[in-house]
Amino acid sequence: MTLTEQRGTPTRLGTDTVGSMGQGNAGAMQAQQQQSYENVGLIERLVSVAAGAVLASFGLGRRSIPGLLAAGMGGMMVYRGATGHCPMYGAMGLDTAHEQGERTAEDEIAEHGIHIEQSFLINRSAEELYQFWRNFENLPKFLTHIDRIEVQGDRRSHWVARLSRLAGGNIEWDAEITRDEPNSLIAWRSLSGSDIDTVGEVRFSNAMGDRGTKMHVVMNFVPPASAVAGMFPTLFNKATRRMMRTDLGRFKALMEVGEILTLDGQPRGTCTGHGTRYHED
Amino acid sequence: MKALVWCGPYKVKVENVPEPKILNKRDAIVRITSTAICGSDLHLVDGFVPFMKPGDILGHEPMGIVEEVGPDVDQGKVKVGDRVVVPFPIACGQCFFCRRELYSCCDNTNPRAYLGQEMLGHATAGIFGYSWLTGGFAGGQAQFLRVPLADVNCQVMPEEIRDMPDEKLLFLSDIYPTGFMAIEHCNVQPDDTVAIWGCGPVGQFAIRSAMLLNAGRVIAIDDGRRVPERLQMARDAGAITIDHRRESVYDRLLDLTGGIGPDVCVDAVGMEAHGSTPLETAYDKVKTMTLMETERPAVIRQVINCCRKGGTVSIPGVYGGMSDKIPMGALMNKGLTIKTGQTHVHKYVPRLLDYVRQGKIDPSFVVTHRIPLSDAPRAYNIFREKQEGCIKVVLDPAA
Repeated sequence: MTLTEQRGTPTRLGTDTVGSMGQGNAGAMQAQQQQSYENVGLIERLVSVAAGAVLASFGLGRRSIPGLLAAGMGGMMVYRGATGHCPMYGAMGLDTAHEQGERTAEDEIAEHGIHIEQSFLINRSAEELYQFWRNFENLPKFLTHIDRIEVQGDRRSHWVARLSRLAGGNIEWDAEITRDEPNSLIAWRSLSGSDIDTVGEVRFSNAMGDRGTKMHVVMNFVPPASAVAGMFPTLFNKATRRMMRTDLGRFKALMEVGEILTLDGQPRGTCTGHGTRYHED
Repeated sequence: MKALVWCGPYKVKVENVPEPKILNKRDAIVRITSTAICGSDLHLVDGFVPFMKPGDILGHEPMGIVEEVGPDVDQGKVKVGDRVVVPFPIACGQCFFCRRELYSCCDNTNPRAYLGQEMLGHATAGIFGYSWLTGGFAGGQAQFLRVPLADVNCQVMPEEIRDMPDEKLLFLSDIYPTGFMAIEHCNVQPDDTVAIWGCGPVGQFAIRSAMLLNAGRVIAIDDGRRVPERLQMARDAGAITIDHRRESVYDRLLDLTGGIGPDVCVDAVGMEAHGSTPLETAYDKVKTMTLMETERPAVIRQVINCCRKGGTVSIPGVYGGMSDKIPMGALMNKGLTIKTGQTHVHKYVPRLLDYVRQGKIDPSFVVTHRIPLSDAPRAYNIFREKQEGCIKVVLDPAA
């Protein structure tokens, strides 16, 4: 199956803008406004009402200033749950109520995306590094959160990521290789309709002297549950950057050393008298 | 097995923990026959290094017998039954840094490299039992140790010296190479005066290394009231000593060098220095307690101040974070060179093992206490408080 058959026309970065949605007659405009008033998703609304009620009754029972603040916060949560409108989301431009329709990966990335760019020196030839990376089924060996990648033909692949429940649970997507220059460059992106929007590339070039190969990786993506991430963009960005840096370091170790050192299963104390084994989460 | 576990500032305890297993294909399991307490363990135990977690197993100066090797270990280099010394940094032997013999800077052995990157700009190599900043590896104050990349990191002692006691070889894991590197990378000349602050175990090895590398004169500095035995040990090695309680270090050093100051000045104390004046001590104590500084850098201030113009400052003493009031003006205007780093132990083991075998040095001179591993918390206390003339403690894991 080609990309075109899959869904609509392929788009180019920056050509389709967010503003192209919702144009047309006044009725559509009104529907758009109505939609934009509701900016909290159904499940989040239910949780918000329940948690808000608990917090409010707890706060009122305290008869103190912190209690009053808690009650106020609880009331606000009940309000956003009941009406489906969250003033804070409004102010922050977030919306968990609406599917993003036909918007493209590039739109999403431009709006909520995380951009990561990192370089590594690796003491192996560009050819070896390219060969390993070009077979996407190798990538889960160093990408901590990628459970498996199924290669479906020369350019297509199906990715399955294992994420914590907090980050939205397991997600899957299809990706295609958009550029492939033997021994120097591989670029890919997710296909529309995926759980995640991502565009990335890895470039291998000879480093100076006997320093091996310079690997340059660029990744852009919008995490799933982008609204949640959007509330703590700095925090999420930092965690993601840290994760990518670690994973690319693992690639370097795998190429240079042949294995990635693990701590999983090493002995560890507990300070209670009997030790245990350490497990990476 | 028994292992020494960190449970919070000033709190360590011996605990029964599961024995280590082969986790990577190039791992080895070493049955520890001797293991030592290092001055830098005190920095960890006292809470001066961030990223310690209760339950961490300490220790980075171990040696023992290889009990098991993983399937991918190069058996031409290390095999079951070998007697090995284990350097404290874990190296890969392949990366940019290892190929330049900068083993403690290895780029492939620290699973928590992002911490180092965020704290220090770049991560160090993994280090056994030395906080999560250096990877979170279980340490060697235990009955067994898992050694990753065993064919790089197990330093095999030749069969001919099977009978040589552990204590002559054990310190190849850290303090002997550390004292040696502190002098060796300063390119000492025969007419140079080398001044060494701190006569603990690393200082003692630095003194003897300076002698061995033909320094013109070695001066050792410490506290004659608190640790007179350390100054005595320095004198025994042929050093001139300065008791900083009784005399001005600066005046005495200038006096000894015709006013120019020592050519090479070594800070073998590090981040927990006691100040040279009560005011300085109080200043750093308040700043560290209020988290405005992470260490007490009294010695490095004095070292920079005393070093001759164009001289070399060598820092084997451990620092972990942010120091305050470092005299950058003196450093820059006097044109000083700084040489420092966690020790590239692997680089020095063959050379220093030769010195031991040739009888040029007997590293066991530094040992004052032999204590069972099960009694390690008491050993830490004796070592920290410098009780009973304690200079170096060797723990016996079997007892």
